[in-house]
Amino acid sequence: MALVETLSKEQLEHLEEHTFDKNYFGFWVYLMTDLIIFGVLFATYAVLHQNSFGGPTTKDLYDLPFALWETLILLTSSFTSGVGMLMAHNKQKMQTLIWFGLTFLLGAAFLGLELYEFTHLFHEGYGFQRSAFLSSFFALVGTHGLHITSGLLWMAVVMAFVWRQGLTIPLIRKLTLLSLFWHFLDIVWIFIFTVVYLMGVL
Amino acid sequence: MHKPTIKPYIIGFILSIVLTLLAFFIVSQHVTANVFTYEIVITIILCLAVAQLFVQLFFFLHMGKEKKPRWNLFVFVTFSGMILLIVIASLWIMYHLNYNMSGHDMEKKILDKELMELPGYSQEDKQKAIQNR
Repeated sequence: MALVETLSKEQLEHLEEHTFDKNYFGFWVYLMTDLIIFGVLFATYAVLHQNSFGGPTTKDLYDLPFALWETLILLTSSFTSGVGMLMAHNKQKMQTLIWFGLTFLLGAAFLGLELYEFTHLFHEGYGFQRSAFLSSFFALVGTHGLHITSGLLWMAVVMAFVWRQGLTIPLIRKLTLLSLFWHFLDIVWIFIFTVVYLMGVL
Repeated sequence: MHKPTIKPYIIGFILSIVLTLLAFFIVSQHVTANVFTYEIVITIILCLAVAQLFVQLFFFLHMGKEKKPRWNLFVFVTFSGMILLIVIASLWIMYHLNYNMSGHDMEKKILDKELMELPGYSQEDKQKAIQNR
C-alpha cells in the first residue's frame, strides 16, 4: 500500500500495464497447453473415427444443419463477448453487462444443443461405450463442452462482480482473459465442426 | 494494452460467418450433387477452417498488434509446431500401422493370394475353395 501511494499516476499506470501484460501472457501459455490437449484428442479421433465396430458410422450419426446452428450460435457469442470487452474499455457498466449477458445466453444455448445431441445419442444406444469411434467423438466434443461449461461459470461469477463493484481494473483484466478464453473455444469449435461434422458426412 | 475498436470485430464476424456457410454449402452440395472429388472437398474445407483460424486470430485475438518482444506470438508459433507434429506424426504412424498390420483381414488376403497361385487346379476350383474356406 505504501509503495503504491508513493508512485505517480504515470508510474502506477505503467505498473498496471506491466501486470496486465504478465497476466495476459500467463493465460496465453495456459491456452496453448490446452490446445495440446485438443490436438491430441483430434489425433485420437482422426485415427479411430473409422472403427465403428458394426455400430453407427460418421455418416449415420451427424445432423449437419444442427451442427451449423451450433457453430453460428458460438460464432455470434464470440462476437458479442468482443463487443462486451469494448464496452468494458469504455467504462460502460450496463452495456458491458448486457453484451456479456448476451454471450452467456448464447453460450448456454450452445451447451443446451450439445447436451440435447448427446442425450439423443445415448437414448439411441449410441453412447461412448458403443465403439472406438464414439469414444473418441465423446472425448473430443465432450472436452470442448466441459470448457464451455467452465467458461459459462466463470462468466457468471465475473459478471456478478462487475454488477456489484463496477468496472475496476482487476475486473477489466478478468473480462479480457475471459473473452480470450471464449474466442479460443470458438476457434477449437471451428475445427471440430470441420473435422468431425463436415468431414463426417462426406 | 491497446484499446481495440469495434471495426475489426465486425469484419472478423462477417468473414467467419461467410467462411462457415461456404464450407457448409460446399459439403452439402457434395453430398447431393458430387461436383468435386472427395479429396478436393476435403482440401477446400480444411483450407477454409485454417483461413477462419487466421481471421479470428487477427480480428478477435488481435494477434500481430503486440508490442515487441512478441512473446505471445513466439509461444503460439512454438505450440503450433508441437501440435502439428503430434497430429501429423500420429496419423502417419497409425496409417502405416493399419496398413501393415491389418490382422485377420491381411492374413486372409495373403492366404487367398497363395491359394490362387497353387499349380494343378482350375481357376474355378480355387475360387470355390476361397469362398468355402
